[in-house]
Amino acid sequence: MAEEKEFEPIIVGFFCNWCTATAADLAGTLRMQYPANIRPIRTMCSGSVDPVYVLRALLGGADGVIVGGCTPGDCHYVSGNYKARRRMSILKTVLNTLGLEDDRVWIKWISAAEGAKFARIMNEVTESVKKLGPNPIGKDWSI
Amino acid sequence: MERYAILPIGKQGVLGTVRQFLASLLEKKLVDALLVPLELPTRDNVVPTIVSNPEQVQAANPLAPVMPVNAARLVSRITMVSPSPDRLGVVLRPCELRALVELVKLKQASLEKLLLIGIDCHGTYPVDDYGKFVKESSSPTEDFLNRVREGKDDPLLRKACQTCEYPVPMGADLTIGLFGANLEKGIVLVAGTPEGEKVIQELGLEAIETEERQPAIAKLIEERAGKREELLKQTQEEIRGLDKLMAALATCINCHNCKTVCPLCYCKECFFDSPVFEFEAEKYLGWAKRKGALRMPNDTLLFHLTRLNHMVISCVGCGLCTEACPNDIPVSDIFRLVGHQVQKTFDYVPGRNLDEELPLTTFKEEELPEIGM
Ligand code: SF4
Ligand code: SF4
Ligand code: FES
Repeated sequence: MAEEKEFEPIIVGFFCNWCTATAADLAGTLRMQYPANIRPIRTMCSGSVDPVYVLRALLGGADGVIVGGCTPGDCHYVSGNYKARRRMSILKTVLNTLGLEDDRVWIKWISAAEGAKFARIMNEVTESVKKLGPNPIGKDWSI
Repeated sequence: MERYAILPIGKQGVLGTVRQFLASLLEKKLVDALLVPLELPTRDNVVPTIVSNPEQVQAANPLAPVMPVNAARLVSRITMVSPSPDRLGVVLRPCELRALVELVKLKQASLEKLLLIGIDCHGTYPVDDYGKFVKESSSPTEDFLNRVREGKDDPLLRKACQTCEYPVPMGADLTIGLFGANLEKGIVLVAGTPEGEKVIQELGLEAIETEERQPAIAKLIEERAGKREELLKQTQEEIRGLDKLMAALATCINCHNCKTVCPLCYCKECFFDSPVFEFEAEKYLGWAKRKGALRMPNDTLLFHLTRLNHMVISCVGCGLCTEACPNDIPVSDIFRLVGHQVQKTFDYVPGRNLDEELPLTTFKEEELPEIGM
Protein backbone atom coordinates (compact mmCIF):
# COMPACT_ATOMS: atom_id res chain seq x y z
CA MET A 1 0.00 0.00 0.00
CA ALA A 2 1.35 3.39 -0.94
CA GLU A 3 2.18 5.47 2.06
CA GLU A 4 0.27 8.72 2.33
CA LYS A 5 2.69 11.52 1.48
CA GLU A 6 3.26 13.88 4.39
CA PHE A 7 1.94 17.39 3.85
CA GLU A 8 4.86 19.69 3.11
CA PRO A 9 3.71 23.26 3.62
CA ILE A 10 5.10 26.27 1.83
CA ILE A 11 6.02 28.99 4.28
CA VAL A 12 7.13 32.38 3.06
CA GLY A 13 9.62 34.17 5.32
CA PHE A 14 10.10 37.92 5.08
CA PHE A 15 13.42 38.36 6.83
CA CYS A 16 15.09 41.62 7.70
CA ASN A 17 18.43 41.90 5.97
CA TRP A 18 20.16 43.18 9.13
CA CYS A 19 19.16 40.44 11.50
CA THR A 20 16.94 37.49 10.70
CA ALA A 21 18.31 36.97 7.20
CA THR A 22 21.82 36.95 8.65
CA ALA A 23 20.69 34.56 11.36
CA ALA A 24 19.45 32.27 8.57
CA ASP A 25 22.89 32.31 6.96
CA LEU A 26 24.49 31.67 10.32
CA ALA A 27 22.22 28.71 10.94
CA GLY A 28 23.40 27.34 7.58
CA THR A 29 27.09 27.85 8.41
CA LEU A 30 26.62 26.19 11.79
CA ARG A 31 24.90 23.29 10.04
CA MET A 32 21.78 23.70 12.09
CA GLN A 33 18.91 22.12 10.27
CA TYR A 34 15.86 24.11 9.42
CA PRO A 35 13.09 22.86 7.15
CA ALA A 36 13.22 23.40 3.41
CA ASN A 37 9.58 24.51 3.68
CA ILE A 38 10.74 28.03 4.48
CA ARG A 39 11.05 30.24 1.37
CA PRO A 40 13.06 33.23 2.53
CA ILE A 41 12.68 36.71 1.08
CA ARG A 42 15.13 39.39 2.19
CA THR A 43 13.67 42.76 3.17
CA MET A 44 15.32 46.00 4.21
CA CYS A 45 13.54 46.07 7.57
CA SER A 46 10.58 44.24 9.07
CA GLY A 47 8.91 47.66 9.02
CA SER A 48 8.97 47.64 5.22
CA VAL A 49 6.81 44.52 4.96
CA ASP A 50 3.45 45.86 3.89
CA PRO A 51 0.56 43.56 4.80
CA VAL A 52 -0.30 43.36 1.11
CA TYR A 53 2.80 41.17 0.58
CA VAL A 54 1.87 38.88 3.42
CA LEU A 55 -1.66 38.62 2.05
CA ARG A 56 -0.47 38.10 -1.51
CA ALA A 57 1.56 35.13 -0.26
CA LEU A 58 -1.32 33.64 1.73
CA LEU A 59 -3.90 34.14 -1.00
CA GLY A 60 -1.50 32.96 -3.67
CA GLY A 61 -0.88 29.56 -2.14
CA ALA A 62 1.48 29.86 0.84
CA ASP A 63 0.39 27.88 3.89
CA GLY A 64 2.05 30.25 6.34
CA VAL A 65 4.02 33.48 6.52
CA ILE A 66 6.67 34.49 9.01
CA VAL A 67 8.10 37.98 9.33
CA GLY A 68 11.48 38.22 11.06
CA GLY A 69 12.86 41.46 12.43
CA CYS A 70 15.58 42.84 14.69
CA THR A 71 15.38 42.56 18.46
CA PRO A 72 14.14 45.61 20.41
CA GLY A 73 16.53 48.52 20.17
CA ASP A 74 18.43 47.00 17.23
CA CYS A 75 16.26 48.02 14.27
CA HIS A 76 18.41 50.03 11.84
CA TYR A 77 15.47 52.27 11.23
CA VAL A 78 14.92 52.75 14.97
CA SER A 79 11.38 51.45 15.36
CA GLY A 80 10.53 49.55 12.17
CA ASN A 81 10.27 46.33 14.16
CA TYR A 82 7.80 47.79 16.68
CA LYS A 83 5.67 49.20 13.89
CA ALA A 84 5.82 45.88 12.09
CA ARG A 85 4.41 44.27 15.20
CA ARG A 86 1.46 46.69 15.14
CA ARG A 87 0.87 45.98 11.45
CA MET A 88 0.90 42.25 12.01
CA SER A 89 -1.42 42.69 14.96
CA ILE A 90 -3.88 44.52 12.72
CA LEU A 91 -3.47 41.91 10.01
CA LYS A 92 -4.25 39.14 12.46
CA THR A 93 -7.28 40.98 13.84
CA VAL A 94 -8.61 41.59 10.33
CA LEU A 95 -8.26 37.93 9.40
CA ASN A 96 -9.62 36.69 12.69
CA THR A 97 -12.67 38.96 12.63
CA LEU A 98 -13.52 37.71 9.15
CA GLY A 99 -13.18 34.12 10.29
CA LEU A 100 -10.02 33.52 8.28
CA GLU A 101 -7.09 31.72 9.85
CA ASP A 102 -4.82 34.26 11.50
CA ASP A 103 -2.62 31.61 13.08
CA ARG A 104 -0.87 31.14 9.74
CA VAL A 105 0.92 34.47 10.29
CA TRP A 106 3.85 35.04 12.64
CA ILE A 107 6.22 37.82 13.53
CA LYS A 108 9.39 37.09 15.49
CA TRP A 109 12.44 39.04 16.52
CA ILE A 110 15.64 37.16 15.75
CA SER A 111 19.01 38.92 15.88
CA ALA A 112 21.90 38.28 13.50
CA ALA A 113 23.73 36.24 16.14
CA GLU A 114 20.83 33.91 16.89
CA GLY A 115 21.39 31.14 14.38
CA ALA A 116 20.14 28.50 16.78
CA LYS A 117 17.02 30.47 17.67
CA PHE A 118 16.32 30.95 13.98
CA ALA A 119 16.49 27.20 13.33
CA ARG A 120 14.31 26.46 16.35
CA ILE A 121 11.62 28.96 15.38
CA MET A 122 11.53 27.78 11.76
CA ASN A 123 11.03 24.24 13.01
CA GLU A 124 8.26 25.32 15.35
CA VAL A 125 6.49 27.33 12.67
CA THR A 126 6.71 24.48 10.19
CA GLU A 127 5.33 22.04 12.75
CA SER A 128 2.33 24.24 13.55
CA VAL A 129 1.53 24.82 9.88
CA LYS A 130 1.68 21.08 9.30
CA LYS A 131 -0.88 20.68 12.07
CA LEU A 132 -3.11 23.32 10.47
CA GLY A 133 -2.96 21.52 7.15
CA PRO A 134 -3.09 23.11 3.69
CA ASN A 135 -4.29 26.72 3.53
CA PRO A 136 -7.79 26.63 2.00
CA ILE A 137 -7.63 30.20 0.66
CA GLY A 138 -4.41 29.37 -1.15
CA LYS A 139 -6.23 26.72 -3.17
CA ASP A 140 -9.33 28.76 -3.96
CA TRP A 141 -9.51 30.04 -7.55
CA SER A 142 -12.58 32.19 -6.90
CA ILE A 143 -11.15 34.71 -4.45
CA MET B 1 -15.66 73.71 28.43
CA GLU B 2 -18.65 74.08 26.20
CA ARG B 3 -20.64 77.32 26.18
CA TYR B 4 -24.06 77.73 24.73
CA ALA B 5 -25.81 80.55 22.96
CA ILE B 6 -29.18 80.71 21.29
CA LEU B 7 -30.05 81.37 17.67
CA PRO B 8 -33.66 82.48 18.00
CA ILE B 9 -36.02 81.05 15.41
CA GLY B 10 -38.51 83.48 14.00
CA LYS B 11 -40.89 83.02 11.13
CA GLN B 12 -37.96 82.12 8.88
CA GLY B 13 -37.99 78.62 10.39
CA VAL B 14 -35.10 76.35 11.36
CA LEU B 15 -33.41 76.31 7.97
CA GLY B 16 -33.84 80.06 7.52
CA THR B 17 -32.22 80.62 10.90
CA VAL B 18 -29.23 78.49 10.00
CA ARG B 19 -28.88 80.35 6.71
CA GLN B 20 -29.05 83.69 8.47
CA PHE B 21 -26.38 82.59 10.93
CA LEU B 22 -24.07 81.44 8.10
CA ALA B 23 -24.65 84.64 6.14
CA SER B 24 -23.82 86.71 9.20
CA LEU B 25 -20.45 84.98 9.46
CA LEU B 26 -19.64 86.28 5.98
CA GLU B 27 -21.23 89.68 6.44
CA LYS B 28 -19.39 90.36 9.68
CA LYS B 29 -16.20 89.06 8.07
CA LEU B 30 -15.76 86.40 10.72
CA VAL B 31 -14.94 84.15 7.78
CA ASP B 32 -13.97 85.05 4.23
CA ALA B 33 -15.64 82.02 2.70
CA LEU B 34 -17.64 78.97 3.68
CA LEU B 35 -17.53 75.40 2.53
CA VAL B 36 -21.13 74.40 3.00
CA PRO B 37 -23.72 72.19 1.29
CA LEU B 38 -25.82 74.16 -1.19
CA GLU B 39 -29.08 73.09 -2.79
CA LEU B 40 -28.70 72.70 -6.52
CA PRO B 41 -31.21 74.76 -8.53
CA THR B 42 -33.01 71.50 -9.36
CA ARG B 43 -33.30 70.96 -5.57
CA ASP B 44 -32.80 67.21 -5.85
CA ASN B 45 -29.28 67.23 -4.48
CA VAL B 46 -27.32 69.26 -1.99
CA VAL B 47 -23.62 69.56 -2.73
CA PRO B 48 -20.61 70.95 -0.87
CA THR B 49 -19.83 74.40 -2.24
CA ILE B 50 -17.32 77.14 -1.52
CA VAL B 51 -19.34 80.32 -1.01
CA SER B 52 -17.99 83.80 -0.55
CA ASN B 53 -21.08 85.87 -1.35
CA PRO B 54 -23.50 86.07 1.62
CA GLU B 55 -26.46 86.16 -0.78
CA GLN B 56 -25.53 82.78 -2.15
CA VAL B 57 -25.80 81.36 1.34
CA GLN B 58 -29.58 81.57 0.94
CA ALA B 59 -29.33 78.24 -0.87
CA ALA B 60 -27.20 76.64 1.87
CA ASN B 61 -28.70 73.60 3.48
CA PRO B 62 -26.48 71.70 5.87
CA LEU B 63 -29.56 70.18 7.51
CA ALA B 64 -30.81 68.34 4.42
CA PRO B 65 -30.57 64.59 5.01
CA VAL B 66 -28.12 63.83 2.24
CA MET B 67 -24.34 63.50 1.99
CA PRO B 68 -23.29 62.83 -1.60
CA VAL B 69 -19.58 62.92 -0.71
CA ASN B 70 -17.67 63.00 2.53
CA ALA B 71 -16.58 66.65 2.59
CA ALA B 72 -13.39 65.79 4.51
CA ARG B 73 -12.05 64.76 1.12
CA LEU B 74 -12.80 68.23 -0.17
CA VAL B 75 -11.20 70.04 2.73
CA SER B 76 -8.17 67.88 2.02
CA ARG B 77 -8.35 68.82 -1.65
CA ILE B 78 -8.48 72.51 -0.78
CA THR B 79 -5.76 72.57 1.89
CA MET B 80 -3.34 69.80 0.97
CA VAL B 81 -1.01 71.74 -1.31
CA SER B 82 -1.05 74.84 0.90
CA PRO B 83 -3.18 75.90 3.86
CA SER B 84 -6.06 78.27 3.26
CA PRO B 85 -4.79 81.87 2.96
CA ASP B 86 -8.12 83.28 4.14
CA ARG B 87 -10.42 82.39 6.97
CA LEU B 88 -12.54 79.48 5.75
CA GLY B 89 -15.55 78.19 7.65
CA VAL B 90 -16.24 74.52 6.93
CA VAL B 91 -19.64 73.13 7.80
CA LEU B 92 -19.36 69.41 8.43
CA ARG B 93 -21.33 66.45 9.70
CA PRO B 94 -19.74 64.52 12.60
CA CYS B 95 -18.37 61.74 10.36
CA GLU B 96 -16.93 64.33 7.99
CA LEU B 97 -15.23 66.14 10.84
CA ARG B 98 -13.83 62.89 12.20
CA ALA B 99 -12.50 61.95 8.78
CA LEU B 100 -10.94 65.40 8.50
CA VAL B 101 -9.13 64.97 11.82
CA GLU B 102 -7.75 61.66 10.55
CA LEU B 103 -6.62 63.30 7.31
CA VAL B 104 -4.85 66.03 9.26
CA LYS B 105 -3.00 63.35 11.21
CA LEU B 106 -2.10 61.77 7.88
CA LYS B 107 -0.79 65.15 6.73
CA GLN B 108 -3.37 65.30 3.96
CA ALA B 109 -5.19 68.39 5.19
CA SER B 110 -4.52 71.50 7.23
CA LEU B 111 -6.78 73.13 9.79
CA GLU B 112 -4.91 76.43 9.60
CA LYS B 113 -7.34 79.35 9.22
CA LEU B 114 -10.31 77.01 9.29
CA LEU B 115 -13.34 77.59 11.46
CA LEU B 116 -14.82 74.16 12.10
CA ILE B 117 -18.60 74.30 12.22
CA GLY B 118 -20.19 70.98 13.06
CA ILE B 119 -23.83 70.06 12.92
CA ASP B 120 -25.79 67.68 15.08
CA CYS B 121 -26.59 64.86 12.70
CA HIS B 122 -29.89 63.02 12.53
CA GLY B 123 -28.60 60.99 9.60
CA THR B 124 -28.85 61.01 5.83
CA TYR B 125 -30.70 59.27 3.01
CA PRO B 126 -29.12 57.64 -0.02
CA VAL B 127 -28.69 60.33 -2.67
CA ASP B 128 -31.34 58.96 -5.02
CA ASP B 129 -33.87 58.52 -2.21
CA TYR B 130 -33.28 62.11 -1.20
CA GLY B 131 -34.04 63.22 -4.75
CA LYS B 132 -37.37 61.39 -4.62
CA PHE B 133 -38.19 62.66 -1.13
CA VAL B 134 -37.69 66.25 -2.26
CA LYS B 135 -40.20 65.81 -5.07
CA GLU B 136 -42.89 64.82 -2.59
CA SER B 137 -42.46 67.72 -0.22
CA SER B 138 -42.48 71.49 -0.41
CA SER B 139 -40.25 71.90 2.65
CA PRO B 140 -38.32 68.63 2.75
CA THR B 141 -35.81 69.68 5.40
CA GLU B 142 -38.46 70.73 7.90
CA ASP B 143 -40.48 67.61 7.10
CA PHE B 144 -37.43 65.49 7.71
CA LEU B 145 -36.67 67.20 11.02
CA ASN B 146 -40.25 66.70 12.16
CA ARG B 147 -40.04 63.05 11.19
CA VAL B 148 -36.89 62.26 13.15
CA ARG B 149 -37.55 64.56 16.05
CA GLU B 150 -40.72 62.77 16.98
CA GLY B 151 -38.38 59.92 17.81
CA LYS B 152 -39.81 57.68 15.14
CA ASP B 153 -37.59 55.36 13.13
CA ASP B 154 -37.05 56.78 9.70
CA PRO B 155 -36.63 53.81 7.37
CA LEU B 156 -35.17 56.01 4.66
CA LEU B 157 -32.07 56.74 6.75
CA ARG B 158 -28.99 54.91 5.58
CA LYS B 159 -28.04 51.91 7.71
CA ALA B 160 -24.68 53.53 8.47
CA CYS B 161 -26.51 56.52 9.95
CA GLN B 162 -29.07 54.50 11.90
CA THR B 163 -26.20 52.69 13.58
CA CYS B 164 -23.86 55.66 14.05
CA GLU B 165 -22.95 56.22 17.68
CA TYR B 166 -21.24 59.57 17.03
CA PRO B 167 -24.10 61.90 16.06
CA VAL B 168 -22.45 64.90 17.76
CA PRO B 169 -19.42 66.65 16.24
CA MET B 170 -16.16 66.16 18.13
CA GLY B 171 -13.63 68.97 18.22
CA ALA B 172 -15.72 71.58 16.39
CA ASP B 173 -15.21 75.27 17.12
CA LEU B 174 -18.96 75.73 16.83
CA THR B 175 -21.78 73.25 16.65
CA ILE B 176 -25.23 73.89 15.28
CA GLY B 177 -27.07 72.13 18.06
CA LEU B 178 -30.37 70.47 17.25
CA PHE B 179 -30.43 67.77 19.92
CA GLY B 180 -32.55 68.73 22.89
CA ALA B 181 -33.30 72.16 21.43
CA ASN B 182 -36.83 73.46 21.26
CA LEU B 183 -37.01 74.17 17.56
CA GLU B 184 -40.12 76.28 17.96
CA LYS B 185 -37.92 78.76 19.77
CA GLY B 186 -34.25 78.43 18.95
CA ILE B 187 -31.24 76.47 17.82
CA VAL B 188 -28.48 76.00 20.36
CA LEU B 189 -25.11 77.21 19.18
CA VAL B 190 -22.37 75.35 21.02
CA ALA B 191 -18.89 76.84 21.36
CA GLY B 192 -16.37 74.07 21.85
CA THR B 193 -13.22 76.21 21.65
CA PRO B 194 -12.13 79.79 22.45
CA GLU B 195 -12.30 80.39 18.70
CA GLY B 196 -15.96 79.45 18.73
CA GLU B 197 -16.64 81.60 21.77
CA LYS B 198 -15.16 84.57 20.02
CA VAL B 199 -17.60 84.16 17.14
CA ILE B 200 -20.54 83.99 19.54
CA GLN B 201 -19.35 87.20 21.17
CA GLU B 202 -18.79 88.99 17.87
CA LEU B 203 -22.28 88.06 16.76
CA GLY B 204 -23.64 89.38 20.05
CA LEU B 205 -25.63 86.22 20.69
CA GLU B 206 -27.27 85.64 24.01
CA ALA B 207 -25.49 83.09 26.19
CA ILE B 208 -27.75 80.45 27.69
CA GLU B 209 -27.66 77.37 29.87
CA THR B 210 -29.40 74.26 28.65
CA GLU B 211 -30.44 71.27 30.67
CA GLU B 212 -31.97 69.42 27.76
CA ARG B 213 -29.05 68.97 25.39
CA GLN B 214 -26.90 66.42 27.24
CA PRO B 215 -29.75 64.03 28.18
CA ALA B 216 -31.10 64.16 24.62
CA ILE B 217 -27.66 63.29 23.27
CA ALA B 218 -27.18 60.49 25.80
CA LYS B 219 -30.51 58.97 24.84
CA LEU B 220 -29.80 59.12 21.13
CA ILE B 221 -26.33 57.62 21.52
CA GLU B 222 -27.74 54.80 23.59
CA GLU B 223 -30.28 53.98 20.90
CA ARG B 224 -27.73 54.17 18.15
CA ALA B 225 -25.19 52.07 20.06
CA GLY B 226 -27.82 49.41 20.54
CA LYS B 227 -28.48 49.33 16.82
CA ARG B 228 -24.78 49.24 16.14
CA GLU B 229 -24.43 46.12 18.31
CA GLU B 230 -27.20 44.48 16.30
CA LEU B 231 -25.48 45.45 13.08
CA LEU B 232 -22.16 44.01 14.18
CA LYS B 233 -23.78 40.78 15.27
CA GLN B 234 -25.76 40.43 12.09
CA THR B 235 -22.77 41.23 9.90
CA GLN B 236 -20.67 38.69 11.71
CA GLU B 237 -23.28 36.03 11.06
CA GLU B 238 -23.52 36.98 7.43
CA ILE B 239 -19.90 37.29 6.40
CA ARG B 240 -17.69 35.34 8.81
CA GLY B 241 -15.70 32.52 7.25
CA LEU B 242 -14.23 32.19 3.76
CA ASP B 243 -17.40 30.84 2.15
CA LYS B 244 -19.71 33.50 3.53
CA LEU B 245 -17.21 36.26 2.89
CA MET B 246 -16.81 35.22 -0.73
CA ALA B 247 -20.58 34.95 -1.05
CA ALA B 248 -20.80 38.58 0.10
CA LEU B 249 -18.17 39.54 -2.45
CA ALA B 250 -19.63 37.38 -5.22
CA THR B 251 -20.80 40.36 -7.24
CA CYS B 252 -17.70 42.50 -6.73
CA ILE B 253 -16.36 43.63 -10.09
CA ASN B 254 -13.18 45.28 -8.76
CA CYS B 255 -14.34 48.70 -9.89
CA HIS B 256 -12.76 50.19 -6.74
CA ASN B 257 -15.56 52.74 -6.36
CA CYS B 258 -15.57 51.95 -2.65
CA LYS B 259 -11.96 53.06 -2.45
CA THR B 260 -12.53 56.14 -4.59
CA VAL B 261 -15.22 57.59 -2.35
CA CYS B 262 -13.63 56.63 0.95
CA PRO B 263 -12.33 59.73 2.75
CA LEU B 264 -9.69 57.66 4.48
CA CYS B 265 -8.28 55.90 1.43
CA TYR B 266 -5.64 58.57 1.39
CA CYS B 267 -2.90 57.15 -0.85
CA LYS B 268 -2.27 59.37 -3.84
CA GLU B 269 -1.91 56.30 -5.95
CA CYS B 270 -3.55 53.11 -4.82
CA PHE B 271 -1.32 50.03 -4.95
CA PHE B 272 -4.01 48.30 -6.93
CA ASP B 273 -4.07 50.93 -9.66
CA SER B 274 -0.28 51.22 -9.77
CA PRO B 275 2.35 49.49 -11.90
CA VAL B 276 3.07 47.20 -8.91
CA PHE B 277 -0.12 45.43 -9.91
CA GLU B 278 0.55 45.24 -13.62
CA PHE B 279 1.75 41.81 -14.57
CA GLU B 280 2.90 39.94 -17.63
CA ALA B 281 0.53 37.42 -19.22
CA GLU B 282 2.82 34.69 -18.02
CA LYS B 283 2.03 35.56 -14.39
CA TYR B 284 -1.73 35.25 -14.86
CA LEU B 285 -1.38 31.94 -16.63
CA GLY B 286 1.01 30.76 -13.93
CA TRP B 287 -1.48 31.59 -11.18
CA ALA B 288 -4.24 29.86 -13.07
CA LYS B 289 -2.03 26.82 -13.47
CA ARG B 290 -1.20 26.69 -9.79
CA LYS B 291 -4.83 26.78 -8.69
CA GLY B 292 -6.30 25.15 -11.79
CA ALA B 293 -8.24 28.34 -12.57
CA LEU B 294 -8.17 32.07 -11.81
CA ARG B 295 -11.16 34.35 -11.35
CA MET B 296 -10.87 37.52 -13.42
CA PRO B 297 -10.57 40.37 -12.68
CA ASN B 298 -8.28 38.84 -10.09
CA ASP B 299 -7.37 39.87 -6.56
CA THR B 300 -10.91 40.60 -5.38
CA LEU B 301 -10.36 39.42 -1.82
CA LEU B 302 -6.80 40.75 -1.78
CA PHE B 303 -8.11 44.21 -2.60
CA HIS B 304 -10.62 44.29 0.23
CA LEU B 305 -8.26 42.73 2.77
CA THR B 306 -5.52 45.18 1.86
CA ARG B 307 -7.82 48.16 2.11
CA LEU B 308 -8.93 46.91 5.53
CA ASN B 309 -5.33 46.56 6.68
CA HIS B 310 -4.34 49.97 5.43
CA MET B 311 -7.15 52.16 6.68
CA VAL B 312 -9.75 50.40 8.82
CA ILE B 313 -8.04 51.80 11.93
CA SER B 314 -9.29 55.21 10.71
CA CYS B 315 -12.65 54.14 9.25
CA VAL B 316 -15.32 56.55 10.50
CA GLY B 317 -18.20 54.40 9.34
CA CYS B 318 -19.66 57.03 7.03
CA GLY B 319 -21.03 54.24 4.84
CA LEU B 320 -20.27 55.95 1.56
CA CYS B 321 -18.41 52.88 0.28
CA THR B 322 -21.66 50.94 0.45
CA GLU B 323 -23.47 53.78 -1.33
CA ALA B 324 -20.88 53.76 -4.10
CA CYS B 325 -21.00 50.05 -4.76
CA PRO B 326 -22.84 49.34 -8.02
CA ASN B 327 -23.70 45.84 -6.81
CA ASP B 328 -24.99 46.53 -3.31
CA ILE B 329 -22.17 44.85 -1.45
CA PRO B 330 -22.39 45.87 2.23
CA VAL B 331 -18.82 47.15 2.21
CA SER B 332 -19.22 49.50 5.15
CA ASP B 333 -20.84 46.83 7.32
CA ILE B 334 -17.71 44.73 6.83
CA PHE B 335 -15.49 47.71 7.55
CA ARG B 336 -17.40 48.62 10.66
CA LEU B 337 -17.22 45.08 11.99
CA VAL B 338 -13.49 44.80 11.40
CA GLY B 339 -12.88 48.44 12.37
CA HIS B 340 -14.59 47.88 15.69
CA GLN B 341 -12.15 45.08 16.56
CA VAL B 342 -9.02 46.76 15.23
CA GLN B 343 -9.79 50.11 16.85
CA LYS B 344 -10.53 48.37 20.13
CA THR B 345 -7.06 46.78 20.17
CA PHE B 346 -5.51 50.24 20.29
CA ASP B 347 -8.30 51.95 22.23
CA TYR B 348 -8.57 54.25 19.25
CA VAL B 349 -11.58 56.22 18.07
CA PRO B 350 -10.89 57.77 14.67
CA GLY B 351 -11.31 61.53 14.77
CA ARG B 352 -11.86 61.71 18.50
CA ASN B 353 -8.86 63.86 19.22
CA LEU B 354 -6.21 65.47 17.07
CA ASP B 355 -3.61 64.84 19.77
CA GLU B 356 -4.05 61.07 19.72
CA GLU B 357 -1.40 59.59 17.47
CA LEU B 358 -2.37 57.26 14.66
CA PRO B 359 -1.76 53.75 15.98
CA LEU B 360 0.40 52.85 12.98
CA THR B 361 2.78 55.75 13.48
CA THR B 362 3.60 54.95 17.08
CA PHE B 363 4.17 51.98 19.39
CA LYS B 364 4.81 50.89 22.94
CA GLU B 365 7.78 48.76 23.82
CA GLU B 366 5.68 46.34 25.81
CA GLU B 367 2.38 45.58 24.12
CA LEU B 368 0.32 43.11 22.12
CA PRO B 369 1.33 39.98 24.06
CA GLU B 370 -1.20 38.00 22.02
CA ILE B 371 1.14 38.24 19.04
CA GLY B 372 3.50 35.86 20.84
CA MET B 373 6.81 37.38 19.82
S1 SF4 C 1 -14.37 52.44 4.59
FE1 SF4 C 1 -16.45 53.08 3.97
S2 SF4 C 1 -17.43 53.59 5.95
FE2 SF4 C 1 -15.22 53.55 6.36
S3 SF4 C 1 -14.56 55.69 6.09
FE3 SF4 C 1 -14.26 54.64 4.09
S4 SF4 C 1 -16.16 55.07 2.93
FE4 SF4 C 1 -16.59 55.55 5.11
S1 SF4 D 1 -17.55 49.35 -5.13
FE1 SF4 D 1 -18.47 47.29 -4.90
S2 SF4 D 1 -18.03 46.24 -6.85
FE2 SF4 D 1 -16.68 48.04 -6.78
S3 SF4 D 1 -14.76 47.22 -5.87
FE3 SF4 D 1 -15.99 48.06 -4.16
S4 SF4 D 1 -17.13 46.25 -3.40
FE4 SF4 D 1 -16.37 45.71 -5.46
S1 FES E 1 16.23 46.90 10.41
FE1 FES E 1 15.73 44.88 11.09
S2 FES E 1 13.67 45.19 11.73
FE2 FES E 1 14.20 47.22 11.14
